[in-house]
Amino acid sequence: MTEFLRMGGQGGYVWSAYGLTLAVLVFNVWWARHRHQAALERARASSEQQRVGKRPTVRQIE
Amino acid sequence: MAPFVTIVLRDLRIAVRRWSEAANPLLFFVIVTTLFPLALSPSADEMREVGAGVLWVSALLSSLLALEGLFRSDADDGSLEQLMLSPVPLGVTVLAKIAAHWLITILPLFALVPVLALSYSMPITALPTMFCALLLATPTLSVLVALGAALTVGLHRGGAIVGLLVLPLTAPLLIFGTRATDLGLHDEPTAGPLYLLAALAAFTLALGPVAIAAALRVGIE
Amino acid sequence: MRLPRWFHLLGSPPFVYGFAGNVAPWLGAVSCVLLAVGAYWGLVVAPPDRVQHEAYRILFIHPQIAYVSIMAYVVMAVAAGIGYVWRIKLAYAIAVAAAPIGASFTACALATGSLWGRPTWGTFWQWTDPRIMSETLLLFLFLGYLALRAAFEDRDKADRVSAILAVVGVVDVPIIHYSVIWWNSLHQGPSIMKLDKPSISPEMLPPFLIMVAAFTLCFFWLLLNGLRGEIVERERDSRWIRQLVEGTRG
Repeated sequence: MTEFLRMGGQGGYVWSAYGLTLAVLVFNVWWARHRHQAALERARASSEQQRVGKRPTVRQIE
Repeated sequence: MAPFVTIVLRDLRIAVRRWSEAANPLLFFVIVTTLFPLALSPSADEMREVGAGVLWVSALLSSLLALEGLFRSDADDGSLEQLMLSPVPLGVTVLAKIAAHWLITILPLFALVPVLALSYSMPITALPTMFCALLLATPTLSVLVALGAALTVGLHRGGAIVGLLVLPLTAPLLIFGTRATDLGLHDEPTAGPLYLLAALAAFTLALGPVAIAAALRVGIE
Repeated sequence: MRLPRWFHLLGSPPFVYGFAGNVAPWLGAVSCVLLAVGAYWGLVVAPPDRVQHEAYRILFIHPQIAYVSIMAYVVMAVAAGIGYVWRIKLAYAIAVAAAPIGASFTACALATGSLWGRPTWGTFWQWTDPRIMSETLLLFLFLGYLALRAAFEDRDKADRVSAILAVVGVVDVPIIHYSVIWWNSLHQGPSIMKLDKPSISPEMLPPFLIMVAAFTLCFFWLLLNGLRGEIVERERDSRWIRQLVEGTRG
């Protein structure tokens, strides 16, 4: 097992490369999800504002 | 033809009036090419080898300095809008402004290059090739710099990212220009890179103004 | 000429949003499986190389990610160009979604490339190598696109200006690539290209190809994910989005 991880002395390079690639993929998945959720949140907030805003908050007293 | 000449003359007149602004890129060029040997403390042979590269990079960077004069100052006082609304095709206007920029910023470099080349222990025989390469490469450079200026003309503080936008696009210029100069230095045939530089110049002069005009139309609304 | 129905559907944000939402998980599942299979095959099953011993195993990720990074730029530029010419907002959304994926893949390609170079060439970096230079410049082009977009507050202006930049860049990429190759072949340097594609022995070919497919599908999976978020962002004030978020609130 250790021999497999060592990869004849070149393990550092191989595993760093694979690990880095995996990290980049995971980052992209997370980033897309984060943007999506944030956008949905903003849409939710904006739709709330729209509904609440329809009721007048200040009434003109003649 | 007449509108082209008019615009070129107009830009030249403005540059003459504000000649200190026009001199900035040239001073920058001299300073940068002076700083390199100070930092590297090379031998005469090393200087000769790096000389071509240093001169080309400095020329590239100093042409970026004159960006502001291209479009932004005209955009700020509204004259760019006037030019865009005039019956002159925007592509012609753009070409005229690029020509003026080349005359103001690049042409004086040709006067400085021999002096600096000699200071870099480059033999006089290398100069004709260098001039040729610069002559063919600098129009492309001006077009690319103008493109960067046009893309950022709508921004308040666009100056910083122009370098990031333009410099990657100028890589082929740098490669062929330095190759040509190097070959000339070693008395080898230089036709290859020079032809390629000429091709790049033709290509960018033909298509560049289209992209630049499109960018200007978006930026000035 | 009556255009087919699917053509109109492609321009409709709610349709594409839903379509992407249905297709993306499948793409994701398949690409993850392929990635796992390819990685296992490449790391465990494939025998060590005669010359490069174990370090060659990076062959199963580096070229693939480099090729996908170039494809990402082309996708971005074509999408942006289509959006500019035909004023299709969804096309811009695709370009925006592709950019960060492409940029991170390009950076990853450069990093894995230098990790491969160290044990095999003896150096992390080689300025005169054509592919390294082309890929580095590609990274700058991506970063330039992202920076230009970020500089504009008006999204429509950002879309159109960055579209021009992307299209100019896509013309430049082949020029850069061939100029560097040409330069390198004349350069009296140590060698022309130390890392020519190692002649792939038949045992290495299957995982190599599996990873090509895996990374390609992965790119499109990530693209669809990013596209969904971008659509929501752009259509924030539209009725269908409002119905969507109110529905999920219950």
